Amino acid sequence: MGKVVLVTGVARPLGGRFVRRIQRDPDVDRVVGVDAVRPAHHLGGADFVQTDIQQPTIARVLAESGADTVVHLDVTGTPLGGGSSRTALKETNVIGTMQLLGACQKSPTVKRLVVKSSTNVYGSAPRDPAVFTETTPPKSLPSGGFAKDAVEVEGYVRGFARRRPDVAVCVLRFANILGPAADSPLAAYFSLPVLPTVLGYDPRLQFVHEDDVIDVLRLASYEPRRSTLNSGTFNIAGDGVLLLSQCSRRLGRPTVPLLLPAVTWAGSLVRTLGMSDFSPEQVRLLTHGRVVSTDQMRETLGFTAKYTTAETFTDFVRSRGPGLLPPKALAGAVDRIAALPLPGTGSGHPPKQSAN
Amino acid sequence: MADAKVIPFDDDRSRGGAGGAGGAAQRPSRRRGAGNRRNGAGGAAMGDVQPLPGRASGGDDAPVPRASGASRESREPRAGHDGGDLASGAAPGAESGSGHGAGGLEQRVASGLAFLRRRLTGDYAVDDFGYDEELTDQVLMSLLRPVYEKYFRVEVKGVENIPSEGGALIVANHSGTLPLDGLMMQVAVHDNHPADRHLRLLAADLVFMLPVVNELARKLGHTLACAEDAARLLEQGELVGVMPEGFKGLGKPFADRYKLQRFGRGGFVSTALRARTPIIPCSIVGAEEIYPMIGNARTVARLLGFPYFPLTPTFPWLGPLGAVPLPTKWTIQFGEPIHTESYPPEAADDPMLMFNLTDQVREQIQHTLYKLLVQRRSVFF
Repeated sequence: MGKVVLVTGVARPLGGRFVRRIQRDPDVDRVVGVDAVRPAHHLGGADFVQTDIQQPTIARVLAESGADTVVHLDVTGTPLGGGSSRTALKETNVIGTMQLLGACQKSPTVKRLVVKSSTNVYGSAPRDPAVFTETTPPKSLPSGGFAKDAVEVEGYVRGFARRRPDVAVCVLRFANILGPAADSPLAAYFSLPVLPTVLGYDPRLQFVHEDDVIDVLRLASYEPRRSTLNSGTFNIAGDGVLLLSQCSRRLGRPTVPLLLPAVTWAGSLVRTLGMSDFSPEQVRLLTHGRVVSTDQMRETLGFTAKYTTAETFTDFVRSRGPGLLPPKALAGAVDRIAALPLPGTGSGHPPKQSAN
Repeated sequence: MADAKVIPFDDDRSRGGAGGAGGAAQRPSRRRGAGNRRNGAGGAAMGDVQPLPGRASGGDDAPVPRASGASRESREPRAGHDGGDLASGAAPGAESGSGHGAGGLEQRVASGLAFLRRRLTGDYAVDDFGYDEELTDQVLMSLLRPVYEKYFRVEVKGVENIPSEGGALIVANHSGTLPLDGLMMQVAVHDNHPADRHLRLLAADLVFMLPVVNELARKLGHTLACAEDAARLLEQGELVGVMPEGFKGLGKPFADRYKLQRFGRGGFVSTALRARTPIIPCSIVGAEEIYPMIGNARTVARLLGFPYFPLTPTFPWLGPLGAVPLPTKWTIQFGEPIHTESYPPEAADDPMLMFNLTDQVREQIQHTLYKLLVQRRSVFF
């Protein structure tokens, strides 16, 4: 008997990719995709049910499909298509999760629940330890926005796990997801021609590649492999760390350091104008940065990310156009200076100019 | 300078006329010290300070000679190399190196350009804590080294007590109003240790709240002083430096100099016990006198959110000029390691053992401080 998998949030590129990918797995009999809007991409022959997970109809969909695995990907920080507002997004994240969990609790067939969360739940503060493990309590709980949604979603999922101990529950806290098709707020930020940064801070950032996201979601959706355990909470991130200054140099986009109050003010202005969700947590992330430990992911979950943070970023850079200061051009300029003949003592001059 | 051999506690009086800045700096503190004594607390302090010269002159501090000679020679080429990189990479012009002949110059210009190329294209690595080894070695250390060598003329002793590999926790006294002692200790380990070890300092949360400071601290390899970070670094086999006195030591009044404050709650001992790494006591002499703190403007401190706002004879009266530290002569002595491998793993949860070990480390640092003070000829030489 094969598996029946119900996936939420399939109208997003990531959900669509995941559905198409698990269709090809031999164990999977049937995939049911759920979202409030019809996806623009094809789902590779999976059944699509157009329903809002905030509505009680999700319980009927779940009962009719007889799904044994539920993969909840509809916890996101960006509105789909830029249409809906922040409040609507919060409704989907929190109320949608509550409805879905309620439906799962009544379903006798569900054996496994996978929830996409985010490392945003740790917040970002100067008093936090440099590296978060899954058990680190955040020093400052996120006050609003997507991070708060994620905290609340995780709270409901923990409650569900208590009430249904027979269901294997896996919460995956993803670092910033990047890749050629990423649609996260951070990807939008990196697409700006000039990157506003906070003066005097150089945050440490961690990324996880979309391909790794799909792989780890698959790993969590099936029976655990030998000597691994795939229920619990896991941080998912690529190895290594990039500083924001490194990111901007690798992207070739110049930075504009601004004072922290100016950044906060500009962020709220942009948000009011509805141009993008440049939320306070986003500003905090770009001020203090955040790094998580992935020891549990490697040792308990048995997953090794194919892309490091730096490789993920390289792949992301390749998918974007060149910036105003392409690193290749800069490197070429330095090489040209290096190729200049050294006329005695006058040789000290060219590097001086380039440094200025 | 015969009476300078006593703990410089009471000798301000004798050195009062010694010379310009020093004399002026110390005169007000004497008044304060006298006030303390009248309050009764000073008597006890005098009591436990005075008998020490006798104990210290016992003469078990012979292994001093590892001073400058050999280590300085081994350091020189590297310093020259770094200087070259900085000169061509960061700006001040490579002409300064022209005396070394065309070949050396060409090489240094090339390595400087390679460095510049890596920095401009972001092609360098930092670790999970944000430590930028390349930037630290090539630029930041070159900036700190003149202060270390020329201004404070730091003398380092007992660097052989630091293991060549594996984790170790260096515990030092803290003083000087601004945490320059931490930075100097980092340069001391970096420039003197034969195995090229890098010291990773644990810093207060205030450091990571201040703009610019937090960025530089992270790049220098510092991280927040919390058990999680310390344990993680020790597990990775890093050399971790901690100053358990914290702000209590850093911002203590000049009258209390070289009197160790409470060593936090001894968390560093349990961290070292869990990681089974040795604890190396480190005594720093000279940092206490760089900014003689004779007063504390508490209201200003509260307004700015700082733990204290120092008033020294020159700061803030002379403005930025008053913030220049006094050019004292420093000695950094790394002591005999205290090994923790023999304790069972559950020892980290034994509060009694933790207090005992904390006291042992504290005593050892305090005794070494007294010894070094007795050997010191003067504050400035």
